Amino acid sequence: MFTFVVRRLVSAILVMFSISVMVFLIFFATPGVNPAARIAGRSASPQVLAQVSAEFGLNRPLPIRYGLMMWHLFIKQDLTSYVNIGVRVIPQITGAAPVTLSLVLGAAVIWLIVGVAGGLVAAANRGKWVDPLIMFGGIAAVSIPVFWLGQVVGLLTQTKFHSVFQWLPGSGYVSFTQSPGQWALHLLLPWFTLATLYAGVYARVLRAELVNAMNEDYVRTARAKGLSERRILMRHALRCSLISVVSLFGLDFGSLVGGAALLTEVVFGLPGIGMLTYTSLQNLDLPVIMAAVMYGAFFIVLASAVVDVLYAVLDPRVRVVK
Amino acid sequence: MSSNPTPQSDRRGAGDDDAVLKVRDLSVSFATRQGLVRAVDGLNLDVAPKEVVGIVGESGSGKSVAMYSMLGLVRDANASITGSVVFEGREILGLSDKEMQPLRGGQIGMIFQDPMTALTPVFSVGWQIVEQIRQHTELTKTQAKERAVELLAEVGIPDARRRVDSFPHEFSGGMRQRVVIAMALSCNPKLLIADEPTTALDVTTQAQILELMGRLRDTHGSSIVIITHDMGVIAEMADRVTVMYAGRPVESGPEIDVVRSPRHPYTWGLLGAVPRLGERSERLATIPGNVMSPLDVPEGCAFAPRCEYAMPECVRRPAMTGGDHQHACWLSDEQRVAIGDRTKEAS
Repeated sequence: MFTFVVRRLVSAILVMFSISVMVFLIFFATPGVNPAARIAGRSASPQVLAQVSAEFGLNRPLPIRYGLMMWHLFIKQDLTSYVNIGVRVIPQITGAAPVTLSLVLGAAVIWLIVGVAGGLVAAANRGKWVDPLIMFGGIAAVSIPVFWLGQVVGLLTQTKFHSVFQWLPGSGYVSFTQSPGQWALHLLLPWFTLATLYAGVYARVLRAELVNAMNEDYVRTARAKGLSERRILMRHALRCSLISVVSLFGLDFGSLVGGAALLTEVVFGLPGIGMLTYTSLQNLDLPVIMAAVMYGAFFIVLASAVVDVLYAVLDPRVRVVK
Repeated sequence: MSSNPTPQSDRRGAGDDDAVLKVRDLSVSFATRQGLVRAVDGLNLDVAPKEVVGIVGESGSGKSVAMYSMLGLVRDANASITGSVVFEGREILGLSDKEMQPLRGGQIGMIFQDPMTALTPVFSVGWQIVEQIRQHTELTKTQAKERAVELLAEVGIPDARRRVDSFPHEFSGGMRQRVVIAMALSCNPKLLIADEPTTALDVTTQAQILELMGRLRDTHGSSIVIITHDMGVIAEMADRVTVMYAGRPVESGPEIDVVRSPRHPYTWGLLGAVPRLGERSERLATIPGNVMSPLDVPEGCAFAPRCEYAMPECVRRPAMTGGDHQHACWLSDEQRVAIGDRTKEAS
C-alpha cells in the first residue's frame, strides 16, 4: 500500500511537470505569436516590450526561458502583471484560492450527503413512488443552470422574501480567519447553489450503481447468508458502488477547485479562482492566465492522485497493480 | 396405461416425517409480455437427513429457479410461486424476508455456481464468513474469526490463519469455491443447497470439490441438494435423483436405479451425452434439438417434440408413476425393453 502511494505521487509529479512544459509551450512557443506583446498587454510601448523581453529572456533558448519562467513563478514568485501594472501574480492566486476552496469544500459536503442519501433511498425503494420522485428531482437539479438558480435564489432572499431571510448577508466573501460565522453565512447560498447540480448527478449515478450491484451474484450470496436487505444495501452494495462515485468526485472536485466554479463565483460575487481567470481573460493578462491555468491543472492532477489512493483503500483489487 | 396411479401415493423412504425437506407440487411461473412462463411445474422432492439428492437437467430446465424460489430468493414482482415447501416440519413457502433470514445461511446453506462472482470483492473472505456467523450466532468477533480459520482449514485452504485476511481475488477458482463452501457450512446448516457447484471449475478441481462436499456431509451431518446438468456428478455424489425437463420432473428415484436402468427417454439422452474416457466415437452424443422456450412448452409431454420414441399418447401429459423409481412417460415396460435390445444390437 505504501509503495502504491509513493508510486502514485511520483507519477503525479511527473504529470505536473509535463503540464507546466505544455502550458509554457502554448504561451511562449506558439508560432507566429510574439509573447512579449502578449505579456505586455494591449498597446504596450516599445520600452515595455524590451523590458518584458529582458525579464523573460525571450531572446534566449527555449529551455532557459522555461527555467526562467518557472523561477519567476514558483521560486521567486515575483511574476508581475503588465496589465495591472506592478500587481504580482502569485499573491492574486493565493488570495483567490481559499475563496474557491471554501466554496467547493462546503458544496462538496452538501452534495455528497444529499447525493448519497438520495441514491440510497431511491435504490432501496425501487419500484415505489419515492424512487421516480427522487430521480425526477435529480434530473431537475442537473438541468437547472447555476447562473439562473443563483440569480433566483439571490433575488428571492434579498428582495421578495427579504423579511424572512434578513439574517442572510448579501453577496461577497468574508475569510474564515476573519469571522467563521460570517464566512459560513456568506457562503451558505453559494454552497447550496453549487451543490444542487452535483447532488442531482451523484444521486442518479449512485442509484444506477446500486441497482446494478443489487443484481450481482455477491448480493445473492449475501441474501443466502441471511443478511437483511438493509445490511446488504448499506454494506455490500454501497461499498462496491462507492468506488465509481469516488472517482467521479475526484474529477469534479479537482476541476471545480481549479476554476470550474466560475459561474457560482460570478453570480455571488466571490473573488475566487474562476473569477480571477475570467477577469484576466477579459484583460488578456497573460501571466495571470498562465498561472491560473497551471494552478487549475495541478489541482486536477492532485485530486486524481488522491482519488487513486482512495480507490486502492476502497477496492483491494487495485492494490496489487504492478 | 389409461389410469395412472396418483403421484407419490406409494413412495417410501424420504417422504417420511423425519424428512429435512419436503417439497410438494412446487410451481413457479413468471408473467411476461409474451404470456405465462412456467419455469417450474409440479416439482416434488424429499430429502432425508444426511441424504444427497441430485436435481439434474439441461440449462433452462428450471432447477435453479426451483431452489431459489424455496428460499424466497426469486425477487421478481411477476413471479408467482405455489405449492408447499416444508423444512424441518415447518412450511416455509410464503414466509416474509424477516422470517426467512434465520433459515437462510443459518439452517440452510447455499453454494453457488460461479465462485468468481459469488463473494463480495471488497471484503476479505474472513470478514465475509464472520459476518454470516455473527448474523446467526452470539459469538464474539474474535470467536467468529477463530471459527472462520477453523472452517477454512477444514475445507482444505492451506495456511488458513494467514489466508483468512485475503481478498476473494487473491484465490483461485477452486479455492474460492472452498471459501464459499466454508461459508455455507459456517452455521452447521441442516440442509446445503449446491447450485452447480462444480460447473465453473476445471475437471480435477471438480473432483476435489465433490470429494470435499461428500466428506463434509459426513462430518457436519447436513443433507445436500445438488443441482447439476452433469450425470457424472450425480453418479459421484447423489443418493437419490430427480431429472427435470422444461420445469417438470420426468424421472426420480435412487441414484443407482436411475443411472443403471433409466426409464425416461430424456434420461437416456442425458446419460448418453456423458462422454467416457477411452471410448472412441466420431462425435459426442447429443440429444437432438434444444430445450424449447418456456413459452412453447406443450400441454402434453414436454419432451415429446425432441423424443425419438414419441407416440400419439404423448399429447397428453403423463403423470409420475411407479414406486420408489418414478417416471413420467407413456412408454410401456415392454416397449422399453424392446428399445433397449435394439440399442444394444446397434452398438
